[in-house]
Amino acid sequence: MLQAIAFYLLAAVTVASGLLVVTARNPVHSVLWLILAFFSSAGLFVLLGAEFLAMLLVVVYVGAVAVLFLFVIMMLDVDFVRLREGYARYLPLATIVAGVLLAEMVMVSLAVATGGAAAGGEIVPATADTSNAELIGRVLYTDYVYIFQAAGIVLLIAMIGAIVLTLRHRPHVRRQDIAQQVGRKRADAVEVKSVETGKGISL
Amino acid sequence: MTVGLAHYLAVGAMLFTIGVFGIFVNRKNVIILLMSIELILLAVNINFVAFSAYLNDVAGQVMAMFVLTVAAAEAAIGLAILVTFFRNRGDIAVDDASMMKG
Repeated sequence: MLQAIAFYLLAAVTVASGLLVVTARNPVHSVLWLILAFFSSAGLFVLLGAEFLAMLLVVVYVGAVAVLFLFVIMMLDVDFVRLREGYARYLPLATIVAGVLLAEMVMVSLAVATGGAAAGGEIVPATADTSNAELIGRVLYTDYVYIFQAAGIVLLIAMIGAIVLTLRHRPHVRRQDIAQQVGRKRADAVEVKSVETGKGISL
Repeated sequence: MTVGLAHYLAVGAMLFTIGVFGIFVNRKNVIILLMSIELILLAVNINFVAFSAYLNDVAGQVMAMFVLTVAAAEAAIGLAILVTFFRNRGDIAVDDASMMKG
């Protein structure tokens, strides 16, 4: 009973905030609604017994992705009113497409849930000696180790790509040239001159 | 009043639909487009985790983790492209992105 109440509450908040993400006038509000949607779906994950993924969702999405969105929106000085042009024009088509899509997917979901492989299944709670994180860890580093490495490569390439795309060298700003510093020889920098006693030298 | 697999799948379907709807109505605002894609990927994750729980197979949660990884990478690259585009054009209207079209 309590689980059902929690589910309906979290599901309602998730769907409502998802809808507000795409309809809010201010993009900053959109990001805040997105954060709420991620938080409440993390709650849904906890209800499903996937605690590790729920915490991952909060850390990765709320902590990194949403803040990145917020950062970019506030950094770019954009006229967001102009970007909302055509909203009303596309609304009827979007509603029709979304309605058909939703009807199709709900029908398929109902068919799968009542007649598919998982029909009538129950959530199997993690036992006391094997937590959810331990279960994931056992298969992640054995059965899925190659795909795990591939995920690491995806993140590395994304990081390099983001740096390559956004790094820029402003003109007239002196930058440190490490190769030049390291490649400098003693002969280029120091010159030994013998100075006669009582006389100076001119450089 | 028991919560079954169909309930979670319905939430996933609704979230996915909202994402597609957002892509349709916010065609000019790239930031909202990226957020709509994040919503779609979140819906996929909900489906993965729901099936994982009801089939008692942890593989679904591992897949959801990889979806999360790809989503984070996609957001980072998308926003980097956005920043570069803004620097070049002074605006982020998607219509201007086709200016190299003949």
